[in-house]
Amino acid sequence: MEDSKNLRAVITVVGVDRVGIIARITAKLAERGINILDITQTIMGDIFTMSMIVDLAGAERPFVEIRDELTALGQEMGMEIHTQREDVFRYMHRI
Amino acid sequence: MYYSPQEIIETIQMVRTEHLDIRTVTMGISLLDCAAADTETLCGRIYEKILASAGRLVPVCETIEKELGIPIVHKRIAVTPIALLGGGIPPEGFSAVARTLDKAAAVAGVNFIGGFSALVHKGFTRGDRDLINALPEALAGTERLCASVNLATSKAGINMDAVAMMGRIIRRTAELTAHQGSVGCAKLVVFCNVPEDNPFMAGAFHGIGEPETVINVGVSGPGVVLNAVQKCPSADFGQLAETIKKTAFKVTRMGELVGRMASERLDTRFGIVDLSLAPTPAVGDSIAAILEEMGIQICGAPGTTAALALLNDAVKKGGAMASSSVGGLSGAFIPVSEDAQMIAAVEAGAMSLEKLEAMTCVCSVGIDMVAVPGDTPVETLSALIADEMAIGMINRKTTAVRIIPVIGKKAGQRVEFGGLLGTAPVMAISRLDSSRFVGRGGQIPPPIASLTN
Repeated sequence: MEDSKNLRAVITVVGVDRVGIIARITAKLAERGINILDITQTIMGDIFTMSMIVDLAGAERPFVEIRDELTALGQEMGMEIHTQREDVFRYMHRI
Repeated sequence: MYYSPQEIIETIQMVRTEHLDIRTVTMGISLLDCAAADTETLCGRIYEKILASAGRLVPVCETIEKELGIPIVHKRIAVTPIALLGGGIPPEGFSAVARTLDKAAAVAGVNFIGGFSALVHKGFTRGDRDLINALPEALAGTERLCASVNLATSKAGINMDAVAMMGRIIRRTAELTAHQGSVGCAKLVVFCNVPEDNPFMAGAFHGIGEPETVINVGVSGPGVVLNAVQKCPSADFGQLAETIKKTAFKVTRMGELVGRMASERLDTRFGIVDLSLAPTPAVGDSIAAILEEMGIQICGAPGTTAALALLNDAVKKGGAMASSSVGGLSGAFIPVSEDAQMIAAVEAGAMSLEKLEAMTCVCSVGIDMVAVPGDTPVETLSALIADEMAIGMINRKTTAVRIIPVIGKKAGQRVEFGGLLGTAPVMAISRLDSSRFVGRGGQIPPPIASLTN
């Protein structure tokens, strides 16, 4: 079924802007074999927001573990990091 | 970018601030192959079948929650109506079956198990009668067990003997659980035209036309609809309906996605998505709040029924587009104790039992989670049930009654059920006498299908 084959995820990051946010997160993704397909980032006031579409097909760990690692990384950095399967957005916003 | 930042933010906000969740993933399990002539064998087979089928339900759902970032609030089990299996066991065996179901639910990690049920719209079998008689003790002696009885259909009419009996059973259940606010009655619902694939408790059971096992999903989302309605304060009704439809579509898509993933991973069939809007006591997650946002001063004021009709229909239209199979109850719920704004409307004197009854004509389900004084005569409970059954029978829709005569409480007081079931204001009920009507017994015939005016 298409849902199980689709291993893409949407990662959203929100928090106060500072040096090195993207660097730390992308380093973690590279370390886990996760390929970034698309990325958009903006600053509103001094709030940093970023969303990424990533492909987990080459990831060496299960989805939930990677999600937990990223959530923990977010806590460490004082940022909120959400990792959700792309299906959520596809189902909700595309017919 | 595959998605605009607005789309991503909208989805995240729905979950984080508007209480979007999957209300329940309910696994239906057929127990027909468990039937046996002695209680012990029956209970043993039931226990094994439930755990063999639903053992992985909770962990699978928890993984899906994490992957999607959407809470699945309840994981539940619905089984074949037990009255169908229990015809061969002695009457006292039903209590043992009730305890077995309760234990299986606890071990499987689900918070409710439904299906301690009988279908008696046209008459009683021996098993039906024994199960109904066992209800008060079964509900008082278990924690997770939910029970339902179908008393009427549009094809068969209303079994008034069963209606009279259920008044007494509800009262007895209230008495046996009096020390807990008569909470046993919150787990017992009577129906007209009961759906066989409803994932919501207390009325869920696994119908006889259903496959061996099935996954049914109940979505939620009053908070999301409320937020959408708040964004168009001066829209006309056409635009309002359009807004609700679009929102319902998005909410239902989440149910569809979760249902597909859960059924695939549990290696079973995906049944239906139930489009019901189910409130919770959380602030903003309220059906009454949506109606008030439409322009009703307090829920219960004139216009409430029309507002609810629009809401209910728009949710179905949006939801039907979003799912490959829609079923269950699929309508807005108006349970008093589970909707903070509805409680406020009752306490403000704006909402009466009679107005709730009128509202049930245009939505699912019926008089739901309504507390009434504990000294309400059983015939009055039965007569109220009969009224609600008549609404369902004539309008060819599901209606239900889940009423709690709270022993020791009077109208205007409050009762705390705790946990999932919320707090209910005790509502006034007519003190007029219906006992001669209820006492007649027999069957109210079904309506003629032609001459529809």
